[in-house]
Amino acid sequence: MVRTPMKEARRAPGSEWLKNHPRLLEVAYIVSKRLIKLGYPLARKLAPRLAERTMVRSEELVKGYAFNCQMCGQCILHSTGMTCPMNCPKNLRNGPCGGVRANGHCEVIPEMPCVWVQAWERSQRMLIYADEIQVVQPPVNRALQGSSAWVNMLDGVDTRTPKGWQPVEQ
Amino acid sequence: MTRAPASTTSAAVPISRLERVLRSGRFAVTAELDAPDSADPADVYKNALVLAEVCDAINATDGSGANCHMSSLSCCALLTRAGYEPVLQVSCRDRNRIAMQGDLLGAAALGVRNVLCLTGDDVTNGDQPEAKRVFDFDSIQLLQVARTMRDTGVFLSGRKLSTPPRLFLGAAENPFAPPYDWRPRRLAKKVAAGAQFIQTQYCFDVPMFERFMRGVRDLGLHERVFMLVGVGPLRSVKAAEFMRTRVPGVWIPGAIMERLKKTPPKQQREEGIQICVEIIQQVRQIAGVHGVHVMAYRQEETVAEIIQRAGLFPRRASAAMPAAPASELSLTDVPFV
Repeated sequence: MVRTPMKEARRAPGSEWLKNHPRLLEVAYIVSKRLIKLGYPLARKLAPRLAERTMVRSEELVKGYAFNCQMCGQCILHSTGMTCPMNCPKNLRNGPCGGVRANGHCEVIPEMPCVWVQAWERSQRMLIYADEIQVVQPPVNRALQGSSAWVNMLDGVDTRTPKGWQPVEQ
Repeated sequence: MTRAPASTTSAAVPISRLERVLRSGRFAVTAELDAPDSADPADVYKNALVLAEVCDAINATDGSGANCHMSSLSCCALLTRAGYEPVLQVSCRDRNRIAMQGDLLGAAALGVRNVLCLTGDDVTNGDQPEAKRVFDFDSIQLLQVARTMRDTGVFLSGRKLSTPPRLFLGAAENPFAPPYDWRPRRLAKKVAAGAQFIQTQYCFDVPMFERFMRGVRDLGLHERVFMLVGVGPLRSVKAAEFMRTRVPGVWIPGAIMERLKKTPPKQQREEGIQICVEIIQQVRQIAGVHGVHVMAYRQEETVAEIIQRAGLFPRRASAAMPAAPASELSLTDVPFV
Protein backbone atom coordinates (compact mmCIF):
# COMPACT_ATOMS: atom_id res chain seq x y z
CA MET A 1 0.00 0.00 0.00
CA VAL A 2 1.22 3.46 -0.86
CA ARG A 3 1.09 5.92 1.98
CA THR A 4 1.32 9.64 1.53
CA PRO A 5 3.96 11.10 3.81
CA MET A 6 1.56 13.15 5.85
CA LYS A 7 3.16 14.70 8.88
CA GLU A 8 2.21 13.90 12.42
CA ALA A 9 0.70 16.83 14.24
CA ARG A 10 3.40 18.95 15.84
CA ARG A 11 3.67 18.48 19.56
CA ALA A 12 5.80 21.14 21.19
CA PRO A 13 7.82 20.12 24.28
CA GLY A 14 5.65 20.39 27.37
CA SER A 15 2.43 20.83 25.42
CA GLU A 16 1.39 17.21 25.95
CA TRP A 17 1.73 17.69 29.68
CA LEU A 18 -0.49 20.76 29.45
CA LYS A 19 -3.17 18.99 27.41
CA ASN A 20 -3.16 16.13 29.84
CA HIS A 21 -4.29 18.56 32.53
CA PRO A 22 -7.62 19.62 31.03
CA ARG A 23 -8.93 20.95 34.34
CA LEU A 24 -6.12 23.45 34.48
CA LEU A 25 -6.86 24.39 30.89
CA GLU A 26 -10.56 24.86 31.38
CA VAL A 27 -9.82 27.33 34.16
CA ALA A 28 -7.26 29.03 31.91
CA TYR A 29 -9.95 29.20 29.22
CA ILE A 30 -12.44 30.89 31.50
CA VAL A 31 -9.85 33.36 32.80
CA SER A 32 -8.52 34.31 29.37
CA LYS A 33 -12.06 34.70 28.05
CA ARG A 34 -12.83 37.18 30.86
CA LEU A 35 -9.59 39.09 30.29
CA ILE A 36 -10.13 39.38 26.56
CA LYS A 37 -13.69 40.51 27.04
CA LEU A 38 -12.45 43.23 29.37
CA GLY A 39 -9.35 44.39 27.53
CA TYR A 40 -9.90 43.88 23.86
CA PRO A 41 -12.79 46.31 23.20
CA LEU A 42 -10.69 49.09 24.71
CA ALA A 43 -7.56 48.12 22.78
CA ARG A 44 -9.61 48.00 19.59
CA LYS A 45 -10.86 51.54 20.16
CA LEU A 46 -7.32 52.85 20.59
CA ALA A 47 -5.62 50.99 17.72
CA PRO A 48 -7.98 48.76 15.79
CA ARG A 49 -5.56 47.22 13.29
CA LEU A 50 -2.75 46.73 15.76
CA ALA A 51 -5.11 45.19 18.30
CA GLU A 52 -6.43 42.62 15.86
CA ARG A 53 -2.98 41.80 14.52
CA THR A 54 -1.72 41.32 18.07
CA MET A 55 -4.59 38.97 18.80
CA VAL A 56 -3.92 36.85 15.71
CA ARG A 57 -0.20 36.72 16.47
CA SER A 58 -0.59 35.84 20.13
CA GLU A 59 -3.18 33.20 19.29
CA GLU A 60 -0.83 31.64 16.75
CA LEU A 61 1.90 31.68 19.36
CA VAL A 62 0.05 30.53 22.48
CA LYS A 63 -2.49 28.14 20.99
CA GLY A 64 -0.01 27.10 18.33
CA TYR A 65 2.39 26.02 21.04
CA ALA A 66 -0.12 24.34 23.30
CA PHE A 67 -2.61 22.80 20.86
CA ASN A 68 -0.92 22.93 17.45
CA CYS A 69 -3.74 25.34 16.61
CA GLN A 70 -4.67 25.41 12.93
CA MET A 71 -6.29 28.87 13.14
CA CYS A 72 -9.73 27.78 11.98
CA GLY A 73 -11.05 30.93 13.64
CA GLN A 74 -13.92 29.19 15.47
CA CYS A 75 -12.38 27.58 18.50
CA ILE A 76 -14.25 24.75 20.21
CA LEU A 77 -11.32 23.48 22.32
CA HIS A 78 -13.32 23.53 25.55
CA SER A 79 -15.92 21.25 23.91
CA THR A 80 -13.33 18.75 22.74
CA GLY A 81 -11.33 18.02 25.88
CA MET A 82 -8.89 20.83 25.03
CA THR A 83 -7.68 18.78 22.05
CA CYS A 84 -7.78 20.58 18.71
CA PRO A 85 -10.12 18.75 16.30
CA MET A 86 -8.54 20.46 13.31
CA ASN A 87 -5.48 18.27 13.94
CA CYS A 88 -7.61 15.33 12.81
CA PRO A 89 -6.57 14.71 9.18
CA LYS A 90 -10.25 14.49 8.29
CA ASN A 91 -11.05 17.73 10.15
CA LEU A 92 -13.87 15.99 12.01
CA ARG A 93 -15.66 18.20 14.54
CA ASN A 94 -18.11 15.70 16.03
CA GLY A 95 -16.09 12.70 17.08
CA PRO A 96 -13.90 9.93 15.69
CA CYS A 97 -14.30 8.20 12.34
CA GLY A 98 -14.59 4.44 12.11
CA GLY A 99 -10.97 3.99 11.10
CA VAL A 100 -9.36 4.40 14.52
CA ARG A 101 -6.76 1.64 15.01
CA ALA A 102 -7.05 -0.89 17.82
CA ASN A 103 -4.11 0.80 19.59
CA GLY A 104 -6.03 4.09 19.56
CA HIS A 105 -3.95 5.60 16.78
CA CYS A 106 -5.00 7.52 13.69
CA GLU A 107 -6.09 5.75 10.50
CA VAL A 108 -4.25 8.26 8.33
CA ILE A 109 -1.09 8.79 10.38
CA PRO A 110 -0.34 5.52 12.18
CA GLU A 111 2.30 7.10 14.45
CA MET A 112 -0.15 9.65 15.85
CA PRO A 113 -2.68 8.94 18.63
CA CYS A 114 -6.21 9.60 17.36
CA VAL A 115 -7.18 13.17 18.16
CA TRP A 116 -10.65 12.03 19.21
CA VAL A 117 -9.50 9.22 21.46
CA GLN A 118 -7.46 11.81 23.34
CA ALA A 119 -10.28 14.35 23.21
CA TRP A 120 -12.70 11.87 24.74
CA GLU A 121 -10.37 10.84 27.56
CA ARG A 122 -9.46 14.42 28.38
CA SER A 123 -13.02 15.71 28.18
CA GLN A 124 -14.10 13.14 30.75
CA ARG A 125 -11.59 14.55 33.21
CA MET A 126 -12.98 18.06 32.90
CA LEU A 127 -15.24 19.45 35.58
CA ILE A 128 -17.16 22.19 33.83
CA TYR A 129 -17.23 21.26 30.15
CA ALA A 130 -17.19 17.44 30.25
CA ASP A 131 -20.59 17.10 28.56
CA GLU A 132 -19.91 19.65 25.83
CA ILE A 133 -18.35 16.91 23.69
CA GLN A 134 -21.90 15.69 23.05
CA VAL A 135 -22.91 18.97 21.42
CA VAL A 136 -23.39 18.63 17.66
CA GLN A 137 -20.97 21.11 16.11
CA PRO A 138 -22.12 23.00 13.00
CA PRO A 139 -20.14 22.85 9.74
CA VAL A 140 -16.86 24.77 9.78
CA ASN A 141 -17.01 28.29 8.36
CA ARG A 142 -14.02 28.02 6.04
CA ALA A 143 -14.04 31.77 5.47
CA LEU A 144 -12.72 32.29 9.01
CA GLN A 145 -9.51 30.35 8.38
CA GLY A 146 -6.52 32.37 9.60
CA SER A 147 -8.51 34.85 11.67
CA SER A 148 -8.52 35.23 15.45
CA ALA A 149 -11.01 32.96 17.19
CA TRP A 150 -10.89 35.26 20.21
CA VAL A 151 -11.94 38.30 18.18
CA ASN A 152 -14.53 36.20 16.37
CA MET A 153 -15.89 35.10 19.74
CA LEU A 154 -16.24 38.70 20.97
CA ASP A 155 -18.00 39.66 17.76
CA GLY A 156 -20.16 36.54 17.86
CA VAL A 157 -18.87 35.56 14.42
CA ASP A 158 -17.57 32.13 15.47
CA THR A 159 -21.01 30.83 16.43
CA ARG A 160 -22.86 32.39 13.52
CA THR A 161 -24.21 29.62 11.32
CA PRO A 162 -25.87 29.61 7.88
CA LYS A 163 -29.63 30.31 7.95
CA GLY A 164 -30.49 26.71 7.14
CA TRP A 165 -28.50 25.22 10.01
CA GLN A 166 -30.75 24.09 12.83
CA PRO A 167 -29.16 23.48 16.21
CA VAL A 168 -29.50 19.81 17.13
CA GLU A 169 -31.52 19.09 20.24
CA GLN A 170 -30.51 16.06 22.25
CA MET B 1 -35.63 -9.40 16.88
CA THR B 2 -37.01 -6.22 18.31
CA ARG B 3 -39.43 -3.79 16.95
CA ALA B 4 -38.66 -0.12 16.97
CA PRO B 5 -41.54 2.23 17.57
CA ALA B 6 -42.84 4.55 14.93
CA SER B 7 -41.21 7.50 16.69
CA THR B 8 -38.02 6.50 14.88
CA THR B 9 -39.14 8.50 11.89
CA SER B 10 -40.44 11.98 11.54
CA ALA B 11 -42.80 11.07 8.72
CA ALA B 12 -46.03 9.27 9.45
CA VAL B 13 -45.74 7.11 6.36
CA PRO B 14 -42.55 5.15 5.62
CA ILE B 15 -40.48 6.87 2.96
CA SER B 16 -38.74 3.82 1.53
CA ARG B 17 -39.29 0.11 1.18
CA LEU B 18 -36.39 -0.48 3.55
CA GLU B 19 -38.06 1.69 6.16
CA ARG B 20 -41.31 -0.20 5.60
CA VAL B 21 -39.62 -3.53 6.22
CA LEU B 22 -37.90 -2.25 9.35
CA ARG B 23 -41.03 -0.66 10.74
CA SER B 24 -43.01 -3.83 10.11
CA GLY B 25 -40.70 -5.54 12.60
CA ARG B 26 -39.28 -8.01 10.11
CA PHE B 27 -35.59 -8.79 10.38
CA ALA B 28 -34.12 -6.74 7.55
CA VAL B 29 -31.32 -7.75 5.23
CA THR B 30 -29.29 -5.28 3.23
CA ALA B 31 -26.25 -6.07 1.13
CA GLU B 32 -23.38 -4.19 -0.40
CA LEU B 33 -22.99 -3.94 -4.15
CA ASP B 34 -19.50 -3.68 -5.54
CA ALA B 35 -19.57 -0.72 -7.87
CA PRO B 36 -17.95 -1.85 -11.12
CA ASP B 37 -14.85 -0.46 -12.80
CA SER B 38 -16.83 -0.22 -15.97
CA ALA B 39 -19.09 2.08 -17.96
CA ASP B 40 -21.47 -0.76 -18.81
CA PRO B 41 -24.76 -0.73 -16.89
CA ALA B 42 -24.98 -4.50 -17.36
CA ASP B 43 -22.14 -4.87 -14.86
CA VAL B 44 -24.23 -3.11 -12.20
CA TYR B 45 -27.29 -5.23 -12.95
CA LYS B 46 -25.25 -8.43 -12.95
CA ASN B 47 -23.98 -7.69 -9.44
CA ALA B 48 -27.39 -6.51 -8.24
CA LEU B 49 -29.32 -9.52 -9.47
CA VAL B 50 -27.73 -12.02 -7.09
CA LEU B 51 -28.34 -9.70 -4.14
CA ALA B 52 -31.87 -8.57 -4.96
CA GLU B 53 -33.41 -11.96 -4.46
CA VAL B 54 -32.36 -12.17 -0.85
CA CYS B 55 -32.23 -8.65 0.52
CA ASP B 56 -34.46 -5.67 1.19
CA ALA B 57 -32.11 -3.00 -0.09
CA ILE B 58 -28.81 -2.76 -1.92
CA ASN B 59 -26.07 -0.37 -0.80
CA ALA B 60 -24.10 1.21 -3.62
CA THR B 61 -20.68 2.06 -2.24
CA ASP B 62 -19.14 5.48 -2.74
CA GLY B 63 -15.52 4.93 -3.69
CA SER B 64 -15.09 2.24 -1.04
CA GLY B 65 -11.66 2.14 0.50
CA ALA B 66 -10.97 5.40 -1.36
CA ASN B 67 -10.66 3.41 -4.59
CA CYS B 68 -12.11 4.75 -7.79
CA HIS B 69 -15.25 2.92 -9.01
CA MET B 70 -18.51 3.87 -10.67
CA SER B 71 -20.13 6.51 -8.46
CA SER B 72 -22.76 5.58 -5.92
CA LEU B 73 -25.30 7.99 -7.36
CA SER B 74 -24.96 6.51 -10.84
CA CYS B 75 -25.28 2.95 -9.54
CA CYS B 76 -28.38 4.00 -7.61
CA ALA B 77 -29.88 5.67 -10.68
CA LEU B 78 -29.42 2.45 -12.65
CA LEU B 79 -30.88 0.43 -9.81
CA THR B 80 -34.00 2.56 -9.35
CA ARG B 81 -34.52 2.49 -13.11
CA ALA B 82 -34.81 -1.28 -12.89
CA GLY B 83 -37.06 -1.12 -9.83
CA TYR B 84 -34.49 -2.12 -7.22
CA GLU B 85 -34.30 -0.53 -3.78
CA PRO B 86 -30.87 1.12 -3.42
CA VAL B 87 -29.15 2.83 -0.51
CA LEU B 88 -27.08 5.79 -1.67
CA GLN B 89 -23.79 6.02 0.21
CA VAL B 90 -22.47 9.56 0.54
CA SER B 91 -18.93 9.95 1.76
CA CYS B 92 -17.62 13.31 2.97
CA ARG B 93 -14.19 12.56 1.56
CA ASP B 94 -14.70 13.58 -2.06
CA ARG B 95 -17.27 16.34 -2.21
CA ASN B 96 -17.88 19.67 -0.57
CA ARG B 97 -21.20 20.89 0.84
CA ILE B 98 -22.40 22.37 -2.43
CA ALA B 99 -21.93 19.10 -4.33
CA MET B 100 -23.41 16.95 -1.59
CA GLN B 101 -26.62 18.93 -1.22
CA GLY B 102 -27.02 18.88 -4.98
CA ASP B 103 -26.51 15.12 -5.03
CA LEU B 104 -29.16 14.60 -2.35
CA LEU B 105 -31.71 16.45 -4.47
CA GLY B 106 -30.65 14.57 -7.58
CA ALA B 107 -30.82 11.24 -5.83
CA ALA B 108 -34.33 11.88 -4.59
CA ALA B 109 -35.36 12.99 -8.09
CA LEU B 110 -34.00 9.70 -9.46
CA GLY B 111 -36.12 7.74 -7.05
CA VAL B 112 -33.50 6.99 -4.42
CA ARG B 113 -35.14 6.88 -0.98
CA ASN B 114 -32.34 5.70 1.34
CA VAL B 115 -29.14 7.57 2.09
CA LEU B 116 -26.22 6.43 4.21
CA CYS B 117 -24.13 9.37 5.45
CA LEU B 118 -20.47 8.44 5.91
CA THR B 119 -17.21 10.10 6.84
CA GLY B 120 -15.32 7.96 4.34
CA ASP B 121 -12.04 6.06 4.32
CA ASP B 122 -9.05 8.31 3.91
CA VAL B 123 -7.44 8.80 0.50
CA THR B 124 -4.25 7.16 1.79
CA ASN B 125 -6.01 3.79 1.72
CA GLY B 126 -7.01 3.95 -1.91
CA ASP B 127 -5.51 3.62 -5.34
CA GLN B 128 -4.96 7.38 -5.60
CA PRO B 129 -3.37 8.56 -2.36
CA GLU B 130 -2.23 11.77 -4.05
CA ALA B 131 -5.83 13.01 -4.11
CA LYS B 132 -7.04 16.04 -2.15
CA ARG B 133 -9.17 15.05 0.82
CA VAL B 134 -12.22 17.27 1.13
CA PHE B 135 -14.07 16.54 4.42
CA ASP B 136 -15.93 19.83 4.23
CA PHE B 137 -18.70 18.26 6.35
CA ASP B 138 -18.39 15.44 8.80
CA SER B 139 -21.01 12.69 8.71
CA ILE B 140 -23.06 14.21 11.54
CA GLN B 141 -23.26 17.60 9.87
CA LEU B 142 -24.24 15.89 6.61
CA LEU B 143 -27.04 14.06 8.42
CA GLN B 144 -28.39 17.22 9.95
CA VAL B 145 -28.27 19.12 6.65
CA ALA B 146 -30.00 16.24 4.83
CA ARG B 147 -32.68 16.13 7.49
CA THR B 148 -33.23 19.88 7.31
CA MET B 149 -33.53 19.68 3.54
CA ARG B 150 -36.18 16.99 3.94
CA ASP B 151 -38.14 18.32 6.92
CA THR B 152 -37.79 22.08 6.58
CA GLY B 153 -37.31 22.24 2.82
CA VAL B 154 -34.27 24.49 2.76
CA PHE B 155 -30.60 24.25 1.79
CA LEU B 156 -27.96 24.88 4.44
CA SER B 157 -27.90 28.46 3.19
CA GLY B 158 -31.57 28.82 4.06
CA ARG B 159 -32.65 29.03 0.42
CA LYS B 160 -35.99 27.32 -0.16
CA LEU B 161 -36.46 24.07 -2.06
CA SER B 162 -39.58 23.92 -4.21
CA THR B 163 -39.81 20.16 -3.61
CA PRO B 164 -37.87 18.75 -0.63
CA PRO B 165 -36.17 15.34 -1.04
CA ARG B 166 -37.94 12.42 0.65
CA LEU B 167 -35.16 10.39 2.21
CA PHE B 168 -34.76 7.67 4.83
CA LEU B 169 -31.51 8.66 6.52
CA GLY B 170 -28.83 6.36 7.81
CA ALA B 171 -25.37 6.48 9.28
CA ALA B 172 -22.55 4.09 10.01
CA GLU B 173 -21.05 3.17 13.34
CA ASN B 174 -18.00 1.17 14.29
CA PRO B 175 -18.43 -0.48 17.71
CA PHE B 176 -15.07 -2.18 17.22
CA ALA B 177 -12.78 0.87 17.20
CA PRO B 178 -11.63 3.05 20.10
CA PRO B 179 -12.75 4.97 22.10
CA TYR B 180 -15.04 2.02 22.88
CA ASP B 181 -16.85 3.54 25.85
CA TRP B 182 -17.78 6.63 23.84
CA ARG B 183 -19.19 4.76 20.83
CA PRO B 184 -22.77 4.42 22.15
CA ARG B 185 -22.91 8.10 23.07
CA ARG B 186 -21.43 9.02 19.73
CA LEU B 187 -24.23 7.02 18.18
CA ALA B 188 -26.62 9.18 20.22
CA LYS B 189 -25.16 12.21 18.45
CA LYS B 190 -25.88 10.64 15.09
CA VAL B 191 -29.43 9.81 16.09
CA ALA B 192 -29.93 13.35 17.37
CA ALA B 193 -28.70 14.64 14.01
CA GLY B 194 -31.28 12.58 12.14
CA ALA B 195 -30.01 9.02 11.68
CA GLN B 196 -32.97 6.64 11.36
CA PHE B 197 -31.01 3.50 10.59
CA ILE B 198 -27.47 2.39 11.32
CA GLN B 199 -25.29 -0.01 9.38
CA THR B 200 -22.27 -1.06 11.41
CA GLN B 201 -18.76 -2.01 10.46
CA TYR B 202 -18.03 -5.77 10.04
CA CYS B 203 -18.88 -7.64 13.23
CA PHE B 204 -16.55 -10.54 13.95
CA ASP B 205 -16.50 -10.08 17.73
CA VAL B 206 -19.98 -10.77 19.10
CA PRO B 207 -19.13 -10.23 22.81
CA MET B 208 -17.69 -6.82 21.98
CA PHE B 209 -20.81 -6.01 19.97
CA GLU B 210 -23.01 -7.10 22.87
CA ARG B 211 -21.21 -4.71 25.18
CA PHE B 212 -21.78 -1.93 22.68
CA MET B 213 -25.47 -2.79 22.39
CA ARG B 214 -25.83 -2.75 26.14
CA GLY B 215 -24.61 0.86 26.04
CA VAL B 216 -27.01 1.59 23.18
CA ARG B 217 -29.95 0.16 25.13
CA ASP B 218 -28.96 2.02 28.29
CA LEU B 219 -29.32 5.24 26.32
CA GLY B 220 -32.64 4.07 24.90
CA LEU B 221 -31.30 4.38 21.37
CA HIS B 222 -32.56 0.95 20.28
CA GLU B 223 -36.03 2.46 20.38
CA ARG B 224 -35.09 5.42 18.25
CA VAL B 225 -32.94 3.90 15.52
CA PHE B 226 -32.90 0.67 13.50
CA MET B 227 -29.64 -1.23 13.93
CA LEU B 228 -28.33 -3.32 11.05
CA VAL B 229 -25.22 -5.27 11.95
CA GLY B 230 -22.47 -5.47 9.36
CA VAL B 231 -21.40 -9.02 8.55
CA GLY B 232 -19.45 -10.73 5.83
CA PRO B 233 -17.66 -13.94 4.87
CA LEU B 234 -13.88 -14.24 5.16
CA ARG B 235 -12.60 -15.97 2.04
CA SER B 236 -9.32 -17.28 3.43
CA VAL B 237 -6.70 -16.73 6.11
CA LYS B 238 -4.92 -14.44 3.68
CA ALA B 239 -8.03 -12.38 3.06
CA ALA B 240 -8.71 -12.15 6.79
CA GLU B 241 -5.14 -11.07 7.45
CA PHE B 242 -5.47 -8.41 4.77
CA MET B 243 -8.71 -7.08 6.21
CA ARG B 244 -7.33 -7.06 9.71
CA THR B 245 -4.19 -5.14 8.85
CA ARG B 246 -5.08 -3.05 5.80
CA VAL B 247 -8.78 -2.23 5.93
CA PRO B 248 -9.33 0.67 8.34
CA GLY B 249 -11.57 -0.08 11.29
CA VAL B 250 -11.93 -3.84 10.83
CA TRP B 251 -11.40 -5.87 13.99
CA ILE B 252 -11.03 -9.63 13.75
CA PRO B 253 -10.41 -11.34 17.11
CA GLY B 254 -7.73 -13.99 17.53
CA ALA B 255 -10.25 -16.80 17.99
CA ILE B 256 -11.69 -16.30 14.51
CA MET B 257 -8.22 -16.14 12.97
CA GLU B 258 -7.26 -19.36 14.76
CA ARG B 259 -10.37 -21.10 13.55
CA LEU B 260 -9.57 -20.20 9.95
CA LYS B 261 -5.91 -21.14 10.29
CA LYS B 262 -6.87 -24.60 11.58
CA THR B 263 -8.99 -25.15 8.48
CA PRO B 264 -7.30 -26.65 5.40
CA PRO B 265 -6.91 -23.98 2.68
CA LYS B 266 -9.44 -25.61 0.37
CA GLN B 267 -12.17 -25.48 3.01
CA GLN B 268 -11.44 -22.00 4.31
CA ARG B 269 -13.99 -20.37 2.04
CA GLU B 270 -16.68 -22.67 3.42
CA GLU B 271 -15.51 -22.04 6.98
CA GLY B 272 -15.66 -18.28 6.40
CA ILE B 273 -19.27 -18.61 5.28
CA GLN B 274 -20.05 -20.77 8.30
CA ILE B 275 -18.54 -18.18 10.67
CA CYS B 276 -20.64 -15.47 9.02
CA VAL B 277 -23.81 -17.56 9.38
CA GLU B 278 -23.10 -18.18 13.06
CA ILE B 279 -22.47 -14.49 13.70
CA ILE B 280 -25.80 -13.59 12.07
CA GLN B 281 -27.59 -16.12 14.27
CA GLN B 282 -25.89 -14.76 17.37
CA VAL B 283 -26.44 -11.05 16.76
CA ARG B 284 -30.06 -11.75 15.87
CA GLN B 285 -30.63 -12.71 19.48
CA ILE B 286 -29.34 -9.39 20.79
CA ALA B 287 -32.06 -6.96 21.86
CA GLY B 288 -32.12 -3.86 19.70
CA VAL B 289 -30.80 -5.51 16.52
CA HIS B 290 -33.17 -5.07 13.58
CA GLY B 291 -31.28 -6.61 10.73
CA VAL B 292 -27.99 -7.41 9.08
CA HIS B 293 -25.96 -5.70 6.41
CA VAL B 294 -24.00 -8.24 4.38
CA MET B 295 -20.76 -7.06 2.86
CA ALA B 296 -19.30 -9.82 0.69
CA TYR B 297 -16.62 -8.01 -1.22
CA ARG B 298 -16.15 -9.68 -4.63
CA GLN B 299 -18.13 -12.72 -3.54
CA GLU B 300 -21.71 -11.55 -3.97
CA GLU B 301 -22.67 -15.04 -5.05
CA THR B 302 -22.24 -16.19 -1.44
CA VAL B 303 -24.79 -13.74 -0.03
CA ALA B 304 -27.83 -15.84 -0.95
CA GLU B 305 -26.26 -18.90 0.63
CA ILE B 306 -25.43 -16.99 3.80
CA ILE B 307 -28.95 -15.62 4.13
CA GLN B 308 -30.45 -19.02 3.52
CA ARG B 309 -28.20 -20.86 5.94
CA ALA B 310 -28.75 -18.22 8.61
CA GLY B 311 -32.39 -19.16 8.49
CA LEU B 312 -33.56 -15.85 7.12
CA PHE B 313 -34.64 -17.05 3.72
CA PRO B 314 -37.83 -19.08 4.08
CA ARG B 315 -39.50 -16.21 5.91
CA ARG B 316 -38.30 -13.77 3.28
CA ALA B 317 -39.53 -15.95 0.45
CA SER B 318 -43.01 -16.10 1.92
CA ALA B 319 -43.18 -12.32 2.10
CA ALA B 320 -42.95 -10.11 -0.93
CA MET B 321 -39.33 -9.65 -1.87
CA PRO B 322 -38.98 -5.90 -1.57
CA ALA B 323 -35.61 -5.55 -3.29
CA ALA B 324 -36.86 -7.29 -6.40
CA PRO B 325 -38.13 -5.18 -9.30
CA ALA B 326 -41.33 -3.35 -8.45
CA SER B 327 -43.32 -5.08 -11.16
CA GLU B 328 -43.05 -8.34 -9.27
CA LEU B 329 -44.59 -7.24 -6.04
CA SER B 330 -47.46 -5.38 -4.62
CA LEU B 331 -46.40 -2.94 -1.94
CA THR B 332 -49.75 -3.16 -0.24
CA ASP B 333 -48.90 -6.74 0.76
CA VAL B 334 -46.17 -5.52 3.06
CA PRO B 335 -47.56 -5.20 6.56
CA PHE B 336 -47.39 -1.93 8.46
CA VAL B 337 -46.82 -1.46 12.15
